[in-house]
Amino acid sequence: MTNDKSQMTNYMENQKPIVHRKDLHWWEMFYIPQIIGGMKITLTQVFRPKFTRQYPEEKWNPPPSFRGRPVLVEQNGVERCVACGLCSRVCPSLAIDVQASETELSKERYPVKFEINMLRCIFCGFCEEVCPEEAIVMSKEFELTFTHQADGIFGKDKLLIPVEKLKDRLEFLRKMR
Amino acid sequence: MELLITVIKIVAVMGVMLGCVAYVVLLERRLSAAIQNRIGPNRVGWQGLLQPIADVVKLIMKEDIVPTKANRFLHDLAPLISIGVAMTTFAIIPFGNRISLFGYDIKLQIADVNIGILYILALTSLGVYGLTLSGWSSNSKYPLLGCIRSSAQMISYELSMGVSIIGIIMMTESLKLDKIVEMQAGWHWNIILQPIGFITFLVASFAETNRLPFDLPEAEPELVAGFHTEYSGMKFGLFYLAEYSNMFVASALITTLYLGGWQVPFVHSLGLSDFWISIVQVFGFFVKIVLMVAFFIIIRWTIPRFRYDQLMNLGWKFMLPIAILNVLITGLVILLI
Repeated sequence: MTNDKSQMTNYMENQKPIVHRKDLHWWEMFYIPQIIGGMKITLTQVFRPKFTRQYPEEKWNPPPSFRGRPVLVEQNGVERCVACGLCSRVCPSLAIDVQASETELSKERYPVKFEINMLRCIFCGFCEEVCPEEAIVMSKEFELTFTHQADGIFGKDKLLIPVEKLKDRLEFLRKMR
Repeated sequence: MELLITVIKIVAVMGVMLGCVAYVVLLERRLSAAIQNRIGPNRVGWQGLLQPIADVVKLIMKEDIVPTKANRFLHDLAPLISIGVAMTTFAIIPFGNRISLFGYDIKLQIADVNIGILYILALTSLGVYGLTLSGWSSNSKYPLLGCIRSSAQMISYELSMGVSIIGIIMMTESLKLDKIVEMQAGWHWNIILQPIGFITFLVASFAETNRLPFDLPEAEPELVAGFHTEYSGMKFGLFYLAEYSNMFVASALITTLYLGGWQVPFVHSLGLSDFWISIVQVFGFFVKIVLMVAFFIIIRWTIPRFRYDQLMNLGWKFMLPIAILNVLITGLVILLI
């Protein structure tokens, strides 16, 4: 209780002294010069640059740090993925489904089926973080629309993106890791 | 033939006015957007020019909801009063000089009423009924608060509005609006001769049209939407239309009384024929109205809303005494000259 009181007085001492505003001059009481000044400010805003983006025509180019939809990196016509299943293991919303198989290539394993359910994906980027091969990265694409639930499951045909298109993100990852 | 000409004039003026009001809505939206560094509606038609049509189609398509226990008759009547009053006021505003067309000498004014200004004051006071009935018949608290505010506000500002016009009537010695316009030939606009009256009239007409510094009846942050909270569909549309027609008519009235009406300075030195002079004058009248409407919109985004007691203080303690002072000064000057 006493502590409270001392705090209170302390607080009141630290307060700035109350400022009494001067009464308005009789000329200011008419408000007309003030209103004209205000209108000048309002009117100058008309000629300022606009903030609106005309969306479907003008698209936003996100920075490399942007986490859009996850995609698989395609190098020399094949995916980098070795189907280790870490991404599907770490995915908090259980959106990723991987089925591995063997291949003649040097990486020996590849995913027969790689599906991301975009209705479940929460764009957390854990899959990208955990991937040992830099095979799954977050792209810049943010426009995901489908009219049927089944269309929300993206298979390899939609997920594979050539490495050239993902340069920004890959460079960003190397720099920040 | 006289009758036919009058009917044609009524149809033409109604058409032009409704069209103008629709585009005043668009102007308000675009200009407000520009003031707030936005773009505003620009999708429907070129630069949003068909937006008003889209708005009206949307409003007609919507369901008309009447609250339970609302007074159905008054609930339907209120928007009709509002829009009727807003539309009829334009009838006596002269929008141009005489024009000779197909051998007829036509006066560009629908009705030359000899009580002129009194007609306008009477009709704009009737507009309060629209708001009051809508608020009362809705059987809801926010409309009721809005309607109480509107009636108090409009009555107190009607007074200073009427008194500020007296100065002009004393100078013109006539209530006819076309006489008042004729008096303002050249640069003898009443805004120069009656600056105090102009300011009081301007402020009062802002209050009469419920525009922003005085939009207490609909005060969005406090009263949801004020008197038209319980309205939907085209009945809301009529209120919306009435608000903008009121703004348009108020601009026309300010133009007629203080900004020279259809008088365009130096128009006679251009060497045009009488017919084209009349056309230029009508055009000038509409340009003045549009500028006035733009002024209304700019004021909307400049001055914040008054509190209720501030509104009453301003109306009774400042506007009315200043208006009366204006009458006294005008009388003194007329007496001395």
